[in-house]
Amino acid sequence: MTLSSDHPADEDIEASSLWRDARLRLQKNHLAVLGAITLVIVILAVCFAPWIAPYEYDAQDLDLGATAPSAAHWFGTDIFGRDLLTQILYGGRISLAVGFIATAVALVIGVSWGSIAGYCGGRIDAAMMRIVDVLYALPFMIFIILLMVVFGRNIILLFLAIGAVEWLTMARIMRTQVQSLKQKEFVEAATATGLSPLVILYRHIIPNAVGPMIVYTTLTIPSVMLLEAFLSFLGLGIQPPATSWGLLISYGAETMEEYPWLLIFPGAALTLTLFSLNFLGDGLRDALDVRGSKD
Amino acid sequence: MLKFILLRVIQAIPVVLAVITVTFFLVRAAPGGPFDSEKAVLPEVKKALEAQYKLDEPLTDQYFGYLGDLADGDLGPSFKYPGRSVNEILASGLPVTAELGVYALCFALFIGVFAGVLAALRPNTQQDYVPMSLAMIGICMPSFLLGPLLILVFGIFLEWLPISGWGDLPGDKILPSVTLGSAYAAYIARLSRAGMLEILSQDYIRTARAKGASDPRVVFKHALRGGLIPVVAFLGPAFAGLLAGSFVVETIFQIPGLGRFYVQAAFNRDYTMILGTTVFLSVLIVAFNLISDVLAAWMDPRLRTQFGKAN
Repeated sequence: MTLSSDHPADEDIEASSLWRDARLRLQKNHLAVLGAITLVIVILAVCFAPWIAPYEYDAQDLDLGATAPSAAHWFGTDIFGRDLLTQILYGGRISLAVGFIATAVALVIGVSWGSIAGYCGGRIDAAMMRIVDVLYALPFMIFIILLMVVFGRNIILLFLAIGAVEWLTMARIMRTQVQSLKQKEFVEAATATGLSPLVILYRHIIPNAVGPMIVYTTLTIPSVMLLEAFLSFLGLGIQPPATSWGLLISYGAETMEEYPWLLIFPGAALTLTLFSLNFLGDGLRDALDVRGSKD
Repeated sequence: MLKFILLRVIQAIPVVLAVITVTFFLVRAAPGGPFDSEKAVLPEVKKALEAQYKLDEPLTDQYFGYLGDLADGDLGPSFKYPGRSVNEILASGLPVTAELGVYALCFALFIGVFAGVLAALRPNTQQDYVPMSLAMIGICMPSFLLGPLLILVFGIFLEWLPISGWGDLPGDKILPSVTLGSAYAAYIARLSRAGMLEILSQDYIRTARAKGASDPRVVFKHALRGGLIPVVAFLGPAFAGLLAGSFVVETIFQIPGLGRFYVQAAFNRDYTMILGTTVFLSVLIVAFNLISDVLAAWMDPRLRTQFGKAN
């Protein structure tokens, strides 16, 4: 599991007043703090699922069948007698992994594309951004479904396909950032000392655009997770025996009349996580004073 | 303005062509032919079938043949349902999906704009926090969760509304429309709040208030046109989202619309149906993006000089 791919790296950066101010502002935003705490708990819980989970992932008890929440099974069991809490913990691993990895893919492509376009400017910029415009106009949801149909329901492909959709906004934001940073004196100074454009980009420009990137990364993860859940609900995403929150919700919806808890608990897990990410993202946006709009 | 529309249309053409080309070759590249079913088919029969669907021709001929058919508006026959053309299937599903989409969008616009304007009029008060918290819930609550929950509450526990179908029982259109529209209501509420807040701080609004204009008069007469530009610009992307959302909502409520056919075609590997539906939906989405851009430009002349900003 590579869940730690995009933690805000504020420890690594010198506690300059900008970052300290931002942290203070963030701490005053109770909803964002609550979101961050919830998120940490959820991430820890799914990371340590094999140790925390009360039952084995594939443990069935067909004689038991579906039972309501009880002391032995806090969230109840499904029709195969599998413990729902265990299923949710393991499903969360996939849901969060898709969210983080696909966002990381989007981040890498978007940052590279946007910073190259913004730094080069001129014709290269125009051509690169025109490509982004054309891709923006494509109906991606339909394309992802098409990809899943044509090439089978492959989780790696799912990461790539979702990542390939989400990089567009990243690229646009990065380009705007680089365009304005490029004009700054310290970049001029770096150019004057004869550094190559690549070094200037990676050493001087990108580190200064970290704030907006953190914000949009935090806000992209929930939309990616939603996309995965959407596909899994339709049966086009994660396939059994693996599970994800989207898949659990889809099973729960089938039997909700008799066993409503099978819908409610996975739904609550997904909604709570999305809530936390959105509140944290909004809080970070205010704290880092990032302008502009996503969506 | 005419030049703006014309430029936008010209920009849309390569997008549509790209969609058709990519979809066509993707579907052709798919492993396993459409006739590889469980039952072994005699080689002669397979050959005849392939000839019937023109699969024995070279790929480029197939491609240009398909483009030619498309130009005539012919999407070809369905692989899975012999004797039915993709056009027929689409024509039977489209009115249902369109009706669902229109209801959902009306619901989203009405609730969203209302909540957004209310919040913007009294920012940082209860009148702001309550609708905006609800909007956050709407954004975080996916339709495939909201739909079953609404069914559970209003259909099964309270027994107020029917839980499936479309146009068979009175009131069976309410739950699907609300399910599909609520996320967009939430987005629209946030967008219209932001837009209205910006407009309400303008000098001309202060002038209007100084004249003694009442809240409703300020909103309807002065602020709404400018404040809703972000909402109008959002309608294009929202339409694409509504179509995708209808896949789920139609599946949950068993509505015989386009979305359900598309998902079924995806499961049946009905390649011509997938191809036809993808092309059709893509053209619709591109067209709606175009209309929403043109509308936004009509409302805000400054946008007319900015090209290449899709949303």
